[in-house]
Amino acid sequence: MYTTDLTGKKQAETVAEDPKKLAAFEARVANDEFIEPKDWMPEAYRKTLIRQISQHAHSEIVGMLPEGNWITRAPNLRRKAILIAKVQDEGGHGLYLYSAAETLGISRDEMTEALHAGKAKYSTIFNYPTLTWADIGAIGWLVDGAAIMNQVPLQRTSYGPYARAMVRICKEESFHQRQGYEIMMAMMAGTPDQQRMAQDAMNRWWWPALMMFGPPDDRSPNTEQSLRWRIKRETNDELRQKFVDITTPQAEAIGLKVPDPALKWNAKRGSYDFGEVDWEEFYAVVRGEGPVAKERMQARVNAWEDGAWVRDAARAHAEKRASAKVAAE
Amino acid sequence: MDALATSALRLGDDSLVLGQRLSEWCGHAPALEIDLSLANCALDLIGQATHFLGLAGELEGKVRDADTLAYRRDVMDFTNCLLVEQQNGDFAHTIARQFLFSNYQELLFAGLTASKHARFAEIAAKAVKEVAYHAKLASDWVVRLGDGTDESRTRMIAALDWMWRFSDELFVMDEVDAALGIDKAALRPAWDRRIDAALAEAALERPSPRRGVMGGRAGHHSEQLGHLLSEMQFLQRSYPGATW
Repeated sequence: MYTTDLTGKKQAETVAEDPKKLAAFEARVANDEFIEPKDWMPEAYRKTLIRQISQHAHSEIVGMLPEGNWITRAPNLRRKAILIAKVQDEGGHGLYLYSAAETLGISRDEMTEALHAGKAKYSTIFNYPTLTWADIGAIGWLVDGAAIMNQVPLQRTSYGPYARAMVRICKEESFHQRQGYEIMMAMMAGTPDQQRMAQDAMNRWWWPALMMFGPPDDRSPNTEQSLRWRIKRETNDELRQKFVDITTPQAEAIGLKVPDPALKWNAKRGSYDFGEVDWEEFYAVVRGEGPVAKERMQARVNAWEDGAWVRDAARAHAEKRASAKVAAE
Repeated sequence: MDALATSALRLGDDSLVLGQRLSEWCGHAPALEIDLSLANCALDLIGQATHFLGLAGELEGKVRDADTLAYRRDVMDFTNCLLVEQQNGDFAHTIARQFLFSNYQELLFAGLTASKHARFAEIAAKAVKEVAYHAKLASDWVVRLGDGTDESRTRMIAALDWMWRFSDELFVMDEVDAALGIDKAALRPAWDRRIDAALAEAALERPSPRRGVMGGRAGHHSEQLGHLLSEMQFLQRSYPGATW
């Protein structure tokens, strides 16, 4: 669900790479070829990808929590089933993203431990609370909408396993986005109470959704290298503009007001002008100071620790089975 | 409500309440793969509930639809068995509940596929495949946990012990079941064989016989159901008449 670099500092290129291999690699990437797990790749490329893919995987897993918060309270059976399926999809995305990252030489347990230790980042968006049912609509429509915009270009990212995972993920995300917009539509066509919830959710999620594209280009130190390596295909600001341009008419179509007084159609650019994101808030949330950051991490750590005995049991049982099989042969 | 409508309601309530319980795990399970499989089961059960409650509404006279039945009844009108409303507890409790129930539900649905009541047979034909997977999943975990570590074994024993008193209710026959033409009591020997086979593989003993706790079919539930419903029905109760 998240693909922007959150480390905020330029990655040091410490390893001196073989210039011939590096040149050949750069040429392949420039030629839009896929790099596969067994191919030679520069260390910095491997590290950047591990960081980006694991961050993306963690975002899917932590992202199950804000929506999971409403599964048991979904307003009817259809919405409940859709929401369970959606949250389950996110778990599935996490699973194949972890698998894609594992092809780069890191284990899922290592990645999980890094997350729980606060060393790995995940999307800032999930550190905001889901207060009413309209938040489920807003997340699907805005958050998954932003995610799709980040992810569609990644279907052509240079690392094969990541690109292939993205193809499948994008298909599911577009269903998520539609169901979110449909929730908002139903609420805006509903009672004054429902409309109030929908507008309130819009007010709370709009700016965090714009933050999902990451810091502005002039403050995104790794963008240039990532573009060159085809790990990224469009800059943060380009994607953010695209999101505003597509989403604003959708909001207006159902009577929702975008909470930005500076938002205005610019006929000359053929795009909307919009206000400045509160980057101080963004960096605070990246630092782990989002409103429910502690709750989210606690929920993940609890699930992991409370489930340790189950994973241990499964491992022990599998080992017993394996040695019994060996003994029988 | 006539007997056939009540039959549909019972089937729907069992699936709904268990689906609701399982969905509480979403995002919190011991491993990602478990999270996905529990969500899968929850999704199947909510789907079954939608079909059976829809059928109950039709048979009743087309006044209440599946959502009205799910969201606008209070505890005493819920007809699910007590087993499915038991709290998730630790993973072993969730598995024990699923193990006892899904093995019953699979046998029940398999029988229903041959029902002379075509609508029941149709729903059961689809659902029996889903439930066979639930039963297999739960039975596999009973074996893993029973055989795994000392801790998992201790927890599995405690969980089976907790849930066991609610198993007799599954097989109680009354005039409602008779109207549907399914002999629940006759399912018991096959259920016993399945349970015993998995327990034997897990090297676990069958919990000692005890007096069964009953009342769910008559709306006499355990204390947890009211809490489950107040959470599930919150939006429909707070904003009556709203469309979502």
